Amino acid sequence: MRKIKYLSALIISLLLTLINHAQNDKAEMADTMRSNGRIYVVVAVVVLILLGLFLYLLRLDKKITRIEKNNS
Amino acid sequence: MDVPRLPALSETIRNLYFHVCMWFCMMILFTASVVYAIRYLRSNQLTDDIYSRHFAAVGIVFGVLGYATGSIWMSYTWADPNNSSFQSFGAVAREPKLIGAAIALLIYFAYMVLRDSISDIDKRARISAVYNIFAFALLFPTIWIIPRILPSLHPGGENGNPALDTKDIDSRMRLVFYPAVIGWTLLGVWITSLKIRLSLLKEKRMLQ
Repeated sequence: MRKIKYLSALIISLLLTLINHAQNDKAEMADTMRSNGRIYVVVAVVVLILLGLFLYLLRLDKKITRIEKNNS
Repeated sequence: MDVPRLPALSETIRNLYFHVCMWFCMMILFTASVVYAIRYLRSNQLTDDIYSRHFAAVGIVFGVLGYATGSIWMSYTWADPNNSSFQSFGAVAREPKLIGAAIALLIYFAYMVLRDSISDIDKRARISAVYNIFAFALLFPTIWIIPRILPSLHPGGENGNPALDTKDIDSRMRLVFYPAVIGWTLLGVWITSLKIRLSLLKEKRMLQ
């Protein structure tokens, strides 16, 4: 469980640095997020949704584990 | 799947299958929530109250995801990369759709705060059911009406009906978009059903 938490935190921080990086060089229209018809914007959106739902389900899982422990 | 490539949007139009679906899913979940709130007021069954609460909670999750994905999308389409970010985002922050959606979500946050601050179970259920109807009624002016009567960068400003207008969306995209709405909604309903089952188990344990 701790490993998963660590891993997801790492992925989020990586994603955030990617977004920040793309926003910092504003004068360049050819940065990563704007290349290939801005397809990476779609990638970022999909990753964000999947991460969000994944973290939410992880929280739900933790709640279920707690109830299971109390039941036994 | 091929998509029409418009200037400024180009490939990002594929976000229609994700960002827009989040909001559709949120709207459907909030509708389910208000239906169960009304059912609670008619029947006084506490299970209806639990259903209503969890539909609203998962609706909020989808709303927040819709907002977050929207902010990424708008960073690369609305915000001017040659302008200073302050001015550019200053213009974006005046968007009626953004403000309306933020108000709608804050009203639902207040629903959660109100619920959890009342310890008496019956009183909590009744007050939150009434508040839920109020919150649902406020969804319509904040995210459906006001953004449509003000000028906006967001599709559907002033005169339009984004995503559902026959002239607004390519028919090839419709082929993916409608199943995507159904799919995301089913995912939301499934998560909600997990939460409801968990919460019913908890209630049963408390009664024993």
